Amino acid sequence: MSYTQLPLNHQQNAGVATVLCCNCGVPMDGSQGLVMCYDCIKSTADITQGIPREANIQFCRNCERFLQPPSQWIRAELESRQLLAICLRRLKGLNKVRLIDASFIWTEPHSRRIRLKLTVQGEAMLNTIVQQSLEVEFIVIAVQCSDCARSYTTNTWRAAVQIRQKVPHKRTFLYLEQLILKHNAHVDTISIKENRDGLDFYYSQRNHATKMIDFLNSVAPIKSKKSEELVSQDIHSGSSTYKFSFSIEIVPICRDDLVVLPKKLAHSLGNISQFVICSKVTNTLQLLDPFTLQIADLSPNIYWRSPFKSLATGSELQEFIVLDVEPVGVVRGKYVLAEITCARDVDMGINENEYYVKSHLGGILHPGDSVMGYFTKNSNYNNEIWDKLNQNNNAPEVVLVKKHYPRTSHKAKHRAWKLKRMAREHEDIVANGNQDSRAARQEQERIERDYEVFLQELEEDRELRQTINLYKAHEPDARKYSGADGDGDGDDEMDEENIPQIDMDELLDELDDLTLQ
Amino acid sequence: MATRTQFENSNEIGVFSKLTNSYCMVAVGGSENFYSAFEAEIGDVIPLIHTTIAGSRIIGRMSAGNRRGLLVPSQTTDQELMHLRNSLPDQIKIQRVEERLSALGNVICCNDYVALVHPDIERETEEIIADVLGVEVFRQTIAGVALVGAYCSLSNQGGLVHSQTPVQDQEELSSLLQVPLVAGTVNRGSSVIGGGMVVNDWLAVTGLDTTAPELSVIESIFRLQDAQPDAINNSLRDTLIETYS
Repeated sequence: MSYTQLPLNHQQNAGVATVLCCNCGVPMDGSQGLVMCYDCIKSTADITQGIPREANIQFCRNCERFLQPPSQWIRAELESRQLLAICLRRLKGLNKVRLIDASFIWTEPHSRRIRLKLTVQGEAMLNTIVQQSLEVEFIVIAVQCSDCARSYTTNTWRAAVQIRQKVPHKRTFLYLEQLILKHNAHVDTISIKENRDGLDFYYSQRNHATKMIDFLNSVAPIKSKKSEELVSQDIHSGSSTYKFSFSIEIVPICRDDLVVLPKKLAHSLGNISQFVICSKVTNTLQLLDPFTLQIADLSPNIYWRSPFKSLATGSELQEFIVLDVEPVGVVRGKYVLAEITCARDVDMGINENEYYVKSHLGGILHPGDSVMGYFTKNSNYNNEIWDKLNQNNNAPEVVLVKKHYPRTSHKAKHRAWKLKRMAREHEDIVANGNQDSRAARQEQERIERDYEVFLQELEEDRELRQTINLYKAHEPDARKYSGADGDGDGDDEMDEENIPQIDMDELLDELDDLTLQ
Repeated sequence: MATRTQFENSNEIGVFSKLTNSYCMVAVGGSENFYSAFEAEIGDVIPLIHTTIAGSRIIGRMSAGNRRGLLVPSQTTDQELMHLRNSLPDQIKIQRVEERLSALGNVICCNDYVALVHPDIERETEEIIADVLGVEVFRQTIAGVALVGAYCSLSNQGGLVHSQTPVQDQEELSSLLQVPLVAGTVNRGSSVIGGGMVVNDWLAVTGLDTTAPELSVIESIFRLQDAQPDAINNSLRDTLIETYS
């Protein structure tokens, strides 16, 4: 224990000595009410009497967190502010004195001792303030926190959100992942597991899962179902623990899917044609009739009353070459209705089959462009409504969906932007084995293909881009490549320039490591 | 001579006893140690009276007195008054005072010639004080507090006052009382001088907590050290040195 001289000293600014110190007899000024000189007060009074010199602090060795009573576990480095706060809160008598300073005294980390040097001020006698410093030693007691204890049991999570979409590709989840990252909706998750047809999110608390579902409700057309499992029950107090599982199903209709609506539904959606393209997916489905530009929104709860599948999905798109474009004059937003003469890419030079269709892509198509579309004429769909329409010859032969931009594989590999990814556990759907490595490789290729398609979609659709965060990619060879590209042959260059690119000002600077841990 | 003693673990000697030049009163029920501290010093010179006043033992605070007389509050019972009358020498007057401020020891501080009293004391009481104790009466405060008896101790040789008394006030009071005054403490820093000690012209009794510096202040201001043999030695040596130098 040591004493520090205070800057303001009572006896030194005094005028006349009127009394003698009752302890040592030194003359001093008694008019302030002091009966003992400052030195005697310092040597006799101990303001740190109420402060314990030794205390315990609980530490979980597994997760390396300190206990903040009653039940909070806080991660704190040695000699950090957080740890200092935790230590000071453990000292009982500190509220009776004024804490001036606190600092760590270095100790060997293995010693399991934390030593603090405190400086306190307090009133020793009537209006006499004494400053005193002392050392307190904390013994770090290793315990296991309840979270760690629970992690060794089967009950690691309290709530799970299982998101599923029953479609053959993963593009919806790639987009959803970006949305979740942008809105930080994944902060409370314990773990994310990839599963067949979807993702599982695990939470330690039920309301975290509810929050996630609310978020999903606002960004995707979903249906949710709750189920609970009784873990334990205390019949005396009537309290019980449950595990909650939320099953979320996303409407299995994606952007650019060809959909044949049930007749009744088509009537209720403003008498839209039964034959539509899904043009946009938010928390509702936007359906577009490519022949009249009529648009209808289908909310998920109406969808789930009578669910139907899409007729054809993105993988069934075929390439067509535009031969002629004749605008009709109807314009709606970015869509321009036009009469388009096109031929299949594979038919070019083989036969003279031309198709004459109306399309909403009149604004961006020019003769000679290639366009992706569904070739319904020679397709065999296993769909009742389609069959009924086809019998009456009401079905179109070709439905054009989106413009196609030929890309070189080099360009795709050297994008000037990239996306954040979430870390997740892969639940191996294929078991290990010799023949399965091929299956795994195929699976991997499929995932990469889906991701590439998703990135292309982002490049082509500004609206879609705006809902997520894109980051600058700092790859030196990307720039080198673009420089070398200028020397390429003219024809190739022309094609490359038509490809939609993302402006640099749309990109965000990389803040931290893009791969989350 | 200044001695230290304790009354039932309390250092407030001035509460439980009253010492004047012609008599000494002590509260009943104290330990023999307490009584012998007085008996050893006063011996047979003045009477030592064991008594209560108004049924209580805080006799020092309830009564005021000097060589000539004793004042007791109106609550004093007839029996107590008779006991006091019988015990006190005949020439000492004793008087019951009808005063609202009945703790007379706290409101009156006197030696054989002057008395300081509480400023709010009644006119009749002031006259009784002057008559019975044969003193000149001054209404005063000490260090801003009105309870002069509690915060001041007075003998014919000097006086000890509250430690916060300013020098100017000390000089004023000193010229009023015609005795030297000093500010100080008893019982290790207590400013309640009157409650913490009793004093007459040759004896002071203080609480057991009183420190040596406090005791030396008391002995010098009340001129009690003359009784000590080494005081003579000192003065003798001074004269000897003067003679032979």
